[in-house]
Amino acid sequence: MALDRLNESVPQPALSAKEAPKAPVWADPFWRGLAAQVAVVLGLLVFIWYIVENTRENLARLHIASGFNFVNNTAGFDVGFALIPYSATSTYGDALLVGFLNTLLVAGLGIVFATVIGFVMGILRLSNNWLVAKLATVYVETLRNIPLLLQLLFWYTAVLSPLPRPANSLTLFDVIFLNNRGLTLPKPVLGEGAGIPILVALVLGIIAAWALGRWAKTRLERTGRPFPSVIVGACLVVGLPILAFLVQGAPLTFEYAEETRFALRGGVNVVPELVALLLGLSLYTAAFIAEIVRSGILAVSKGQWEASEALGLERGPTLRLVVIPQAMRVIIPPLTSQYLNLTKNSSLAVAIAYPDLVAIGGTVLNQTGQAIEIVLVWMVVYVTLSLTTSLLMNWYNARKALVER
Amino acid sequence: MATNIPHYVRSQSTESLPPPVAERGVVGWLKRNLFSSIGNTILTLIALWLLWEIVPPILNWAFFSATFTGTDRASCDGAGACWPFVNARFGQFVYGFYPVSQRWRVDAAVVVLLLAMVPLFLPRFERKLAYALGLLVVYPIVAYVLFLGGKFGLSHVETSRWGGLFLTLVIAGVGITTSLPLGVVLALGRRSTMPAIRMVCVVFIELVRGVPLITVLFMASVMLPLFLPEGVNFDKLLRALVGFSLFSAAYMAEVVRGGLQAIPKGQYEAAAALGLGYWKSMGLIILPQALKIVIPGIVNTFIGLFKDTSLVLIIGLFDFLNTVQAGLSDPNWIGLAIEGYVFAAAVYWVFCFAMSRYSQHLERKLDTGHKR
Repeated sequence: MALDRLNESVPQPALSAKEAPKAPVWADPFWRGLAAQVAVVLGLLVFIWYIVENTRENLARLHIASGFNFVNNTAGFDVGFALIPYSATSTYGDALLVGFLNTLLVAGLGIVFATVIGFVMGILRLSNNWLVAKLATVYVETLRNIPLLLQLLFWYTAVLSPLPRPANSLTLFDVIFLNNRGLTLPKPVLGEGAGIPILVALVLGIIAAWALGRWAKTRLERTGRPFPSVIVGACLVVGLPILAFLVQGAPLTFEYAEETRFALRGGVNVVPELVALLLGLSLYTAAFIAEIVRSGILAVSKGQWEASEALGLERGPTLRLVVIPQAMRVIIPPLTSQYLNLTKNSSLAVAIAYPDLVAIGGTVLNQTGQAIEIVLVWMVVYVTLSLTTSLLMNWYNARKALVER
Repeated sequence: MATNIPHYVRSQSTESLPPPVAERGVVGWLKRNLFSSIGNTILTLIALWLLWEIVPPILNWAFFSATFTGTDRASCDGAGACWPFVNARFGQFVYGFYPVSQRWRVDAAVVVLLLAMVPLFLPRFERKLAYALGLLVVYPIVAYVLFLGGKFGLSHVETSRWGGLFLTLVIAGVGITTSLPLGVVLALGRRSTMPAIRMVCVVFIELVRGVPLITVLFMASVMLPLFLPEGVNFDKLLRALVGFSLFSAAYMAEVVRGGLQAIPKGQYEAAAALGLGYWKSMGLIILPQALKIVIPGIVNTFIGLFKDTSLVLIIGLFDFLNTVQAGLSDPNWIGLAIEGYVFAAAVYWVFCFAMSRYSQHLERKLDTGHKR
């Protein structure tokens, strides 16, 4: 397995073919490398063949038909929380789809919450205020060093389960209710047919903001006069839909939950499993993001702060124009891996019975015995999610990266 | 002429005045760190209010109104924490279902390990590396015999009875000791110039890192039996250990690769110029430097692994967390979830925090100033 190609960049001694001493075949790095590779590949093939053969025999013995035909069979189990219509008569395929959507939901929401909490905590750790900085440190050091699974079980079993029954919910102004059946929020109800103009206005706003951004950038490059394109663009994106909404006479009502004798009626109910999972995932990942943000800001050298102070920039513009853009370069790669971790960690949902892909897959696996197919589905879904997130973040990173000569 | 004019220039320096009261001592510190501006003052007040709301109730619950002695649920008055629960089940939390009469074997293994590790911390002791490698080979055998028994007159204790903190430490220990060498091999393979070997390593690393640990554990517990010929069966713990080790090796490989990439090319070239072959240049020149750089990363991975051992709960092994979880459903001690989880959290926290502090200490100690 000797490999003497480490010296690629070193100029090779100028020996002509005749003068070069001929190494015996077994000492020639090329042939040795080839032999090693052939051996590894052959070994691997034999190993795979062995596994496949065994699996085939075992499956035949257990009378399990391999293949994906089972997805059309009726599942026969109910799911506690589904984004699409689902009942016990739906198929295994539907069940897996429900799980996949639930995973996406929890990962997406978790990423948003974790990012916000993480950035706030990371900045607070660098605060001039001694007390606040210490509190943020205690937060980070506590949550980072306790297993996520334990935190999830704690939120679910020790915090949310002992909450009062729906009839005696904890409530905030009779708008938001919290009880052992989860969190109930007011449900926004849009007037009939009011959605389309608002959507059109939103699209128009985005296009206008994009065009404005390009125009402002060109003008800045040509004349040096800046234009507050971000603020105006944001006003366009938010303002146009609001305008469309107001023009139609504000056709939005909220359906508040009502307390009846035994339960809450109406509103949007977020099941306690989802609340616990989101709490646990966001708070845990936020502790890691806080550390990443802190080290990213600390990585910007002091000279940059001093230089922008010397240019007469105040603290706000210094942060916004000088420090944060440079800190983002350091922050983005580890932030990406935290997002991936959060997505993968959402599979711990199985421990608190939130029906995500792994939990539902596990149930299907137990019912049908299709171990290989289910594991394959898991792998494909998670690897695809990981790769997509990586690609998006790499694209963003490439845009923000330092352009060097 | 000059002699007659009285001069008003001071010939001796006066004592300098002390700084204003508001700038020094406790007051100055408070002003600088807590009340430097209006915004800061508001933040401080909010933080103080938060502390006031959170800390006294927690202290009150955990200590002042807590019950510390008693034999069952009835001895707790419900005003604070019920610690007799932890006390009563402490043995099970630590040893799981390991037979009570045989628990000394676990203790003995810990004592042997601690004694054997003493030379590693003696600055005088010269051959630390050789000693540590020897220990890594010998100790697992000793521990295996002690834990499982069946030899030397020790009674046999099957692995299904292993549990508690003991099992957590076994899983973490096996994961840590196997993941490092495997990770180094994978990292070297990924950096190899041989395309076939590189491909195999890249696919393995990315596939394993792309999926959650739970699916790997599920795979190890459900699919491994399918992969083996009929009649050959592994122990459940062993299957979990295989999955756990492979998973951690993939993560370790990426950490080690970071170190390998940080070594300047000149080191590789110098090793080649000395006439060292691949293994010698790696073993003697590159790896010692690369591993030293990534010690913080390696310890961080260890901390992650230690926390991840709790996931074996999902495939039904009774590790520390699962033992605590099982204790919560004891009819004598019903409704003590918070006590159980707080105790478990405290134990995990102490282990992880100690490891992270040790890694910071190592980082400072090994920093030979090569950083630019």
